[in-house]
Amino acid sequence: MRESTGNGEQLQNGNASPRGYLEAKGFWSWAYTLDHKRIGVMYLYTTLFFFLAGGVFALLIRFKLMFPGQHIFTNQTYNVLFTMHGALMIFLFVIPAIPSGLGNFFIPLQIGARDVAFPRLNLMSYWVFVAGIVVILFSLGRPMDTGWTFYTPYSARTSADVTVLSFGIFLIGMSSILTGLNFLVTIHKLRAPGMTWHRMPLFIWSMYATSIIQVLATPVVGITFLLLAMERLFGVGFFDPTKGGDPILFQHFFWFYSHPVVYVMILPAMGIISEIIPAFSRKPIFGYKAIAYSSLAIAGFGFFVWGHHMFVTGMSATAAIIFSLLTYSVAIPTAIKVFNWLATMYRGSITFESPMLYALTFIFLFVVGGLTGMFLGALGADIHVHDTYFIVAHFHYTMVGGTVMGLLAGLHYWFPKMTGRMLSEKMARPSWLLIFIGFNVTFFTQFILGFEGMPRRYAEYPTQFQALNIVSTVGSWILATGILIMFANFVRGLFRGAPAPPNPWKVLSLEWQTGSPPPTENFEEIPTVTDWPYGYAGRQT
Amino acid sequence: MSGQSTHHGPGAAGHEAHMDPATARAAATLGIWTFLATEVLLFGGLFTAYVIFRIKYPQMFYEDHLKLNRVMGAVNTIVLICSSLTVALGIAAIRKGKVALLRFYLFLTLLLAATFLGIKYVEYMEKFSHGLSPGTDVFFSLYFMLTGLHGIHVLAGMIVLGTVLFLAGRGRYSESYHTPVEISGLYWHFVDLVWIYLFPLLYLVG
Repeated sequence: MRESTGNGEQLQNGNASPRGYLEAKGFWSWAYTLDHKRIGVMYLYTTLFFFLAGGVFALLIRFKLMFPGQHIFTNQTYNVLFTMHGALMIFLFVIPAIPSGLGNFFIPLQIGARDVAFPRLNLMSYWVFVAGIVVILFSLGRPMDTGWTFYTPYSARTSADVTVLSFGIFLIGMSSILTGLNFLVTIHKLRAPGMTWHRMPLFIWSMYATSIIQVLATPVVGITFLLLAMERLFGVGFFDPTKGGDPILFQHFFWFYSHPVVYVMILPAMGIISEIIPAFSRKPIFGYKAIAYSSLAIAGFGFFVWGHHMFVTGMSATAAIIFSLLTYSVAIPTAIKVFNWLATMYRGSITFESPMLYALTFIFLFVVGGLTGMFLGALGADIHVHDTYFIVAHFHYTMVGGTVMGLLAGLHYWFPKMTGRMLSEKMARPSWLLIFIGFNVTFFTQFILGFEGMPRRYAEYPTQFQALNIVSTVGSWILATGILIMFANFVRGLFRGAPAPPNPWKVLSLEWQTGSPPPTENFEEIPTVTDWPYGYAGRQT
Repeated sequence: MSGQSTHHGPGAAGHEAHMDPATARAAATLGIWTFLATEVLLFGGLFTAYVIFRIKYPQMFYEDHLKLNRVMGAVNTIVLICSSLTVALGIAAIRKGKVALLRFYLFLTLLLAATFLGIKYVEYMEKFSHGLSPGTDVFFSLYFMLTGLHGIHVLAGMIVLGTVLFLAGRGRYSESYHTPVEISGLYWHFVDLVWIYLFPLLYLVG
């Protein structure tokens, strides 16, 4: 099936066949596919669907918060809405979107392989993911109202269907583990000849670090949700004080996964930024090894800072100080990345196409999110702003400003490669501007609200906070408009976009050295790598 | 359909068309070890809980563990160790290309695994008849969760080894290709090893 026979001339998109891996049509050609590119695309469609669904919940929450007092829907409905928003966004969008979607598509392409190491396992983890979604949807009969963190003892007692939900999340976690395992083995064993570790694109380094976290942290949340379900089903007593258990143990278990997993969310986005910044600055990346190893450092440190979610829920002063210090140390590798990106841009020939706009937005918003994280890592300041809108603003700056901007940067950057068609820059730029403005209006106000003491998760608030809440809600409408235009651009691009050349951005990494869209087997001949992928302006390693 | 057909190697099952046999073998080996690491973490949560609660309630652990049946636990330990031996002998057999011997040892392993689960079932029934359940207290929560999760792993291992036994009967494995036998053997040793920890932690607290 390889198109290396050299029959006839090549098309403009660099392929022997015009539609590459998209040639086969029909439901079964997708549902049974072992092609990592198709599996990646299926993940992208699924996760982006839940991005929109979670976004609708967010808009409803914001709409309700325009006015204090109970109106539009009941307070219980509000609890369900913010839980659904959090849980769908985290488990079905932010965690899987970049690793399982873009990672699946581009890891084999960037390392010069024909597929991932275990294609059948890859397909299975997609369908396990879907099975998890179906189970979660079943729990909507009695929708969850616990917040996305599912703290005991409330989650052990609520009438909401936490038991079914736990099994759903267990399945999602299993899918995440299998994907991470697949990527680890792929990166270890399937690199093209000549691609040493220090010639790998930085996206691969960050996906490698991500996979380590997925593989090592996810089993712990699996067992945690299993224990929660068992507590509800059989009265297992780990989190129940009347049986000698401890509800705080749940929080330790939960955050032992859920803190490292924020690096599962952010590291792949950082990898995308490390690809885009040098490509659109036409300069070699500054500090390649520093960026590469800082990914591993973030993954490593990330395992030992979970306690900073629990400063006010009961831990010894010694433990709190240690967790605080470790939390600060995560800032070091993160800052290393940011400074290296800035140094890469310094005196570069920067152009501002949409991927670069999103990449720059990532740096700006993520720095705000990261620095406010320092406030929260400080023991004194954290007690003041704990569980206020300051936290909400902080993690939306890192998760939306970071991960989602990184994802959007990646989608705009790789859209021509994935679909064989170009996006319209005329639509991409205004939508970017609306997203940028809307995001900041929505969430910067929440820093102020939180600092003034407005608690998160309440349906009600004192009238003194109304003005800023109205500003924030209007911001959410601007943000939503921008996102709608962006999706319209995606749809337009899919059907009417101009045909993409193999390498529209003139990038050196391997995925751009094959057709757009790539053929099923990725490369006609497996390339031999002789240098790193950042030798812009002729500079080599 | 092209997406599918390209990945099925001609003949030899388990080989991916895009990898040469040596790479496929190395990938499978790294894959199973990584998978076992995730399994360690899965049990790790429960072992952590064990450590915390045993320090907190030494008296409860001592008194409760006397209610467990040490003899059955010890017999089960021996049964599982024997099953690890038979798997190892099976792998040694297929390395020399002896398929019939492999099948004999796998069958023996399945028999031992079933014995283990049978004894476990008797133990569980005995506990339930004495009114001891997962909800009794933290010790029995740990006992049922740990042995239950381990039991599910034994069951999964039986399915895996049963599949290998079936495929061996269809002549899939040979002296030159037997990666699936080796990696399912590794998994089985892991399941055995977990029990080696569980037995003293639960039955021999005193």
